[in-house]
Amino acid sequence: MSIKGKAYIAGVFEHPTRKAPDKSIAQLHAEVADGALADAGLSRADVDGYFCAADAPGFGASSMVDYLNLKVRHVDSTELGGCSYIAHVAHAAQAIAAGKCNVALVTLAGRPRSEGHSGTMARPRDPNQPDQPWEHPYGVATVNGYGMCAMRHMYQYGTTSEQLAWVKVAASHHAQHNPNAMLRDVVTVEDVLNSPIISDPLHRLDCCVVSDGGGAVVVVRPEIAKSLERPRVKIIGAGEAIKHQNGGDIDLTYSAAVWSGPAAFAEAGVKPADIKYASIYDSFTITVIIQLEDLGFCEKGKGGRFVADGNLISGVGKLPFNTDGGGLCNNHPSNRGGMTKVIEAVRQLRGEAHPAVQVKNCDLALAHGTGLQLATRHGAATLILERE
Amino acid sequence: MLMAKDRKIPAPTPGIESQPFFDAAKESRFLIRKCRACGRAHWYPRAICPFCASADTAWVEASGKGTIYAYSVMRRVPEPFALAYVTLAEGPTMLTNIVDCDLDALRIGQAVEIVFKPAENGLPVPMFKPV
Repeated sequence: MSIKGKAYIAGVFEHPTRKAPDKSIAQLHAEVADGALADAGLSRADVDGYFCAADAPGFGASSMVDYLNLKVRHVDSTELGGCSYIAHVAHAAQAIAAGKCNVALVTLAGRPRSEGHSGTMARPRDPNQPDQPWEHPYGVATVNGYGMCAMRHMYQYGTTSEQLAWVKVAASHHAQHNPNAMLRDVVTVEDVLNSPIISDPLHRLDCCVVSDGGGAVVVVRPEIAKSLERPRVKIIGAGEAIKHQNGGDIDLTYSAAVWSGPAAFAEAGVKPADIKYASIYDSFTITVIIQLEDLGFCEKGKGGRFVADGNLISGVGKLPFNTDGGGLCNNHPSNRGGMTKVIEAVRQLRGEAHPAVQVKNCDLALAHGTGLQLATRHGAATLILERE
Repeated sequence: MLMAKDRKIPAPTPGIESQPFFDAAKESRFLIRKCRACGRAHWYPRAICPFCASADTAWVEASGKGTIYAYSVMRRVPEPFALAYVTLAEGPTMLTNIVDCDLDALRIGQAVEIVFKPAENGLPVPMFKPV
């Protein structure tokens, strides 16, 4: 059974905060939930399906459904790291298509900035995690794992730091128009190269921001979408995958997008060249280059050349991306960038992006993300959306 | 030139599947896990072969020789260090650190060999140094 056309995104909301020391994580979840429902013209009483990932405090969906005082008949707590919410939208469409719910709410929220988290810190591990003895001692944080992927990509394909920097430059061109963005200054390739190296070869400006906040999406049955006074954004294709260390047969130059992307394009019946706007998870600049190759926007190894010279800047290049400023400049709530990728794609399809970055006749968009650690094990989720 | 200093190494927590590795490491022996059914060595070590799902796996002593597949020197920390993947002569590629070296002189493809470094809990952790 395909999900093509079986469900619509009716509401989205991105929390405007980037630092929330005075709010609880559950409270932020509630604020984004209500924001997305209001955007759709629905209320909590309409929700009968709830989706969240590991950022939800306590016992995931159970704790949040209690806190939000919802009555649901379908729940899903699939955890794929930062791209979980892209997968949740697809899972919501599956549940709706199967008659398991009518109005699905997906929420994300967190406060890593207030809690002092950073990408140079190793994340805590459960002693029962099977990889613990083999990874924890080595100080694998976030930035140095992605750094290894960049080093290998450079070694194998000749990708350069200048090319990586172009990803950040494009994001900054978009962020200047977003009043909520954390970093609104337009930067140059030289600015990126002159910022300090955090972990080879990634400079500070190759890394995304750390921000508090969150976001939510409401997915509904077609009949409900048609009854609401909002532009209709139809879900037409999705894919998800997990890539890992394959028993020690390592290749860092590609991501799980090589599987999630083709699955989504096949379901949607479209090609990369048809996509007018792409939200691409930008935890680091290298993440964008590898994912663009894997999704088929360019040949493997040519992602560096593809992003150079402003090719990702709206109104300038061939593939406008992350027109909210992305994780690199705007927002990376809870260290999880998948939700904002869906939200900006919906804004573009509705024609509600900032006029300076709105893509003309944007009728087909893609949102794609990678979650967890690109160098060891990560999830990927691809979503293709169409304006009706 | 940036010489790697010994840093505090977070403690591995050995479990049922990994304790024999650390027992051997205390005697400076570097073990990997190999499947007797399909003949392939894998990393990280598991009781059941990740390639063919056979339970007929065994510890074998590895040469400790390898080459750097990828690395990244973490610089914005008090003690810079090199996270790396090293491809072992026996086949598998493992996550590790490159130590006892000039961190600015590392390169992909470089030959390295095993050296055990003590973690915070005293257990020997397999790392590599340039040959």
